Amino acid sequence: MIVFEKPHALADVKLHYCPGCTHGIIHRLVAEAIDELGIEGKTIGIAPVGCSVFAYNYFNCDMVEAAHGRAPAVATGVKRANPENIVFTYQGDGDLAAIGTAETVHSAARGENITVIFVNNAIYGMTGGQMAPTTLPGQVTQTSPYGRQVETVGYPVRVCELLSNVTGATYLERVAVNNVKNVKAAGAAIKKAFRYQMEGKGFSLIEVLSSCPTNWGLTPDKALEWLNDNMIPYYPLGVYKDKFAKEA
Amino acid sequence: MADKVLMKGNEALAEAAIMAGCRHYFGYPITPQTEVAAYLAKRMPKVGGTFLQAESEIAAINMVIGVASAGKRVMTSSSSPGISLKSEGLSYLAGCDLPALVVNVQRGGPGLGGIQPSQSDYFHATRGAGHGDFHMLVLAPASVQEMASLVFKGFDLADKYRMTTMILADGTIGQMMEPVSLDMGEVISYDKPWAVTGTGGKRTHNIVNSLSLLPEELEQWNIARYERYAQIEKDEVQYESFMTEDADIVCVAFGVAARVAKNAIVAARAKGIKAGLIRPITLWPFPKAALKKAAEKAKAFVSVELSMGQMIEDVELAIRCSRPVLLCSRVGGMIPTPEEVLSKIEEAQNAGRCE
Amino acid sequence: MTTNILISGFGGQGVLFTGKFLAYEGLIEEKEVTWLPSYGPEMRGGTCNCAVIISDDPIGSPLVTAPNVLIAMNTPSVDKFAGAVTPGGMLFYDSSLIDEKIEREDIKAFGVPATQMAADAGFPTLANMIVLGKLMKETGMFAPETIDKTLEKVVSARKRDLLELNKTAIKMGMEL
Repeated sequence: MIVFEKPHALADVKLHYCPGCTHGIIHRLVAEAIDELGIEGKTIGIAPVGCSVFAYNYFNCDMVEAAHGRAPAVATGVKRANPENIVFTYQGDGDLAAIGTAETVHSAARGENITVIFVNNAIYGMTGGQMAPTTLPGQVTQTSPYGRQVETVGYPVRVCELLSNVTGATYLERVAVNNVKNVKAAGAAIKKAFRYQMEGKGFSLIEVLSSCPTNWGLTPDKALEWLNDNMIPYYPLGVYKDKFAKEA
Repeated sequence: MADKVLMKGNEALAEAAIMAGCRHYFGYPITPQTEVAAYLAKRMPKVGGTFLQAESEIAAINMVIGVASAGKRVMTSSSSPGISLKSEGLSYLAGCDLPALVVNVQRGGPGLGGIQPSQSDYFHATRGAGHGDFHMLVLAPASVQEMASLVFKGFDLADKYRMTTMILADGTIGQMMEPVSLDMGEVISYDKPWAVTGTGGKRTHNIVNSLSLLPEELEQWNIARYERYAQIEKDEVQYESFMTEDADIVCVAFGVAARVAKNAIVAARAKGIKAGLIRPITLWPFPKAALKKAAEKAKAFVSVELSMGQMIEDVELAIRCSRPVLLCSRVGGMIPTPEEVLSKIEEAQNAGRCE
Repeated sequence: MTTNILISGFGGQGVLFTGKFLAYEGLIEEKEVTWLPSYGPEMRGGTCNCAVIISDDPIGSPLVTAPNVLIAMNTPSVDKFAGAVTPGGMLFYDSSLIDEKIEREDIKAFGVPATQMAADAGFPTLANMIVLGKLMKETGMFAPETIDKTLEKVVSARKRDLLELNKTAIKMGMEL
């Protein structure tokens, strides 16, 4: 009996992520959802610019590598070209909530029938740990060496809260991958978002609070603790919007 | 003559796109190309297509990338300032080897500039459409008929070579009406085994991508692309010759400037000056050979442009500076009059004598 | 032969439509034609103009800087363009809106009280078509038989009820 195996939608290649990085978990959750829904053959993923830029090598479905922040626009094009395809973007916080804010908000406003996986680790990882739009007040990064000072650089962007006011958005949920319980909940949310798309229900975004041990300067287990103690209080978990909550 | 209708250049262009099988258009309003969007907003739903007004030019060009990745014909249009915004996407289209058609109905610049006709995006279109080594096929219509036929041809070239075709028009050609025949012929369809349409569980995954962190690999990608460009320079150059057989003075002009130049050439001939015109239809690839050949007989060249002198550099390069090249230009939305071009032709006649 | 026509007036006076009519007349009579509007903010209420070239030969520049025929529907149009008409050319102007004396003696000027006539006849928006009728009579550019055919082309389907009124207006101009 097989108790554990790699999801088919996840390519059999070595991931480049740092030790302790939670991108691997989130990749797996996405792949599991694709497997369980049996949609690998018709799924198109849109990879971002950032740590997960090579996501196009890690999923076995067709993939497009977008410019920084533009994944929802590219996804819009792919979906409009072939509406029977299942289209998802996989984006980090800099990509989605800074340079790509307009694309994010407007794809939600249009109610594009796509699924956005938003990985929030409060830092720009790939370029070596700079301040992100989601970096917490006081958090030290390479470009906020004295801690994020809200008086001069402003406050973090809470994406789920922001989009919950966008009429066109269908389903918004914030999850975390810092412990088994939360990972399971994250998997369920991601699967639900894909299922909504299959049912033609419109725009879904799952925000996944994620850790970055390397750039946070913490060991993997301490990073998960830090996520629990600092990020979750600032970014509360839960469903921010679900137009079809009653049905579910 | 039978089936000609009067149409605005922008509308003829839009209709030709539909005839070429384009069913996806992403735009954003900007003068003087807004008719393209307005026309397609009406037409696309009637042919089962997608018209979408994007939140920005940047979003629009990335939607284009999405549809192109999925293997379907797609178009966006804008005017100069909007094309600057699309430049990022133009570079990605090239890097991903995606076919697309992008229209620039030029207006005066830089910055917000004005809304009257211009050709000052010549450098942008032929040299610097975005970062990195790449070219676009650049087609320059000089009539409403060409607005239609070059769009139809442009889609074909884009698919054939997996690259962006840019229609470099100007406000005059976009806004004017002329009789046009929409008899465009058959659409050739191309296999796109590289497109992302879903593996269907039958093949390994396709990846549309411009990234490589391996210098050896990225170099090879660039070299392969330039081999394709070399083929295009050999096979796809298009230009019109007007009274050049015996010309002492050869004007070089495209778009509306070429039409003004024709008036001036007729006037010059009436005065006994042997003037002619080479009108590049493809700005890239540029008709270098035709100019080089004309230089064997001609005494001097006149580059007529709605810019401070951009194409003139290509004229000088093409003839290896073997003859004087004079510039006749108006900018900012101004268009040279036939008289201004004529007096430059006369000046060139004298310059040619001195050399 | 080439006729360079410039039509100028306020937005809403049918300047572009008049140009379109002339261009279609040309097309139906198998001539080469171009129609070029001024475009931009002046569309919203200011002065607008439109250049139409009708020729037996291929047309180079679509711009008209020295018209053989000028239609001026308001005073600013006379001020701006009357001086540019080629010697021997023709000027048609709406004399119910333009009080100015036409100074040029080397051109043929025809004042048509078109706005007044159109208002009296109960179709105040068709002053342009009355002027057009006068132009067609004086220039003899087009065969009268093609007028109906042209109107069919240029009057949009939504405004079919205006077709007959347009014909009446042109006829009024032709009888002046």
